Amino acid sequence: MNAIRPGAAVAAAVILLSTNSAALAHGFAGQRFFPATILTDDPFVADEMSIPQVTVNPPTPDGSRETDIDIDLSKRITPDTDVIIGDSWQRLKPTGLPAVTGLGALHTGAQYQLFVNGPHEALGLVGLNVTWAHTGRVQALGAPDFTTLSPTFDFGKGLGDLPRWLPYLRPFAITGNLGFDFPTKTESAGVPNPTDFNYGFAFEYSFPYLQCCVKDIGLREPFNRLIPLVEVAFTTPINRVPATQTIGTIQPGVIWAGQYFQIGAEAILPVNHFTGHGYGGVVQFHIYLDDLFPRSIGRPISEWW
Amino acid sequence: MRGIIVALVAGAAAVGAAPLALAHAFLDHASPAVGSSVPASPPVVTLWFTQDLEPAFSGVTVTNEAGQRVDLGNVQIPPGSPAELQIGLKPLPPGTYLVSWHVVSVDTHPTEGTFTFEVGRG
Repeated sequence: MNAIRPGAAVAAAVILLSTNSAALAHGFAGQRFFPATILTDDPFVADEMSIPQVTVNPPTPDGSRETDIDIDLSKRITPDTDVIIGDSWQRLKPTGLPAVTGLGALHTGAQYQLFVNGPHEALGLVGLNVTWAHTGRVQALGAPDFTTLSPTFDFGKGLGDLPRWLPYLRPFAITGNLGFDFPTKTESAGVPNPTDFNYGFAFEYSFPYLQCCVKDIGLREPFNRLIPLVEVAFTTPINRVPATQTIGTIQPGVIWAGQYFQIGAEAILPVNHFTGHGYGGVVQFHIYLDDLFPRSIGRPISEWW
Repeated sequence: MRGIIVALVAGAAAVGAAPLALAHAFLDHASPAVGSSVPASPPVVTLWFTQDLEPAFSGVTVTNEAGQRVDLGNVQIPPGSPAELQIGLKPLPPGTYLVSWHVVSVDTHPTEGTFTFEVGRG
């Protein structure tokens, strides 16, 4: 019988206090687990990696079609800060022309975890992302010849604090991001580069939350780890071009979140003819470095020594 | 493209090469079951997790609708079941009971949660 004794607790406390910050990796707020979403930015610092994310975009208004293979890495520097880096390989197939391929622009970022509220399952994060000029195929693929600075605020909120007489609403959660893109050049080759307002949301229903915290309805692997969701994201220019040229997508899909990795798949539906027509799709394989390597690279760099 | 392929292979290898990796402990199931109704007072509450637990940092309490403890305080991890947490109960009259747990997996990842079950109302 492994009874839990006070003496053992004290000894373990010393160990835990020295390693505690390894604990709060990926998206937890109280009993709520937030998966890494595909379209909208995540409201938590993390040691995670997407290898890869494959996107077949809907055809654009001129009929061309782009396929992207993205790799992204998030790495905690301290328990509350992380850096991100990512790039993509792109294939663009214009109508009636041969396809062109190459790298997209390199993007990096730094993020700070503003708050984590366990009882109310709330998260907040601020970040500054940078998309770097001349790091992709500018002429062939339309990669930017200018650097863009993008401050963001990301948030998450689970509905687990609803009254218990609303049990089946409690597994719902929403995450979202609000941000701007500030280009460092006002135009490129005679085409204006607007400042954009970006806003996106992910509406999630967590079967893991339903099973663990509301009602065990008998779901077992793999269904007890599914999180159906709908993501939406929009970009509205606020200068240099008409604001009516808002573009965006709606992406219904599902994420399966395991112990060490998650797999997500979503359809991509354009919201208007400025965005495109038809439909596309995206799949993502995403690993949790903090769970795979909890005593080495999955820890914040500040705790490596 | 070659770099991407190398990265994909490295990533897949990283996942596959971590057989000893540990992770956050999620509640897999419980007895009485989460959100269930049972006809009579159960003698214990048992929680099964997805990872082995750190005994000194894992605990569970059971309270009634008035917020009073109705467990016996004898939290234990049964021998041979390092992912299981158990606590004894006083005889429970009909009512709704709140189970609050917090655990630390053996690699120091903490998780927590609550759920209710009912006695004598099913």
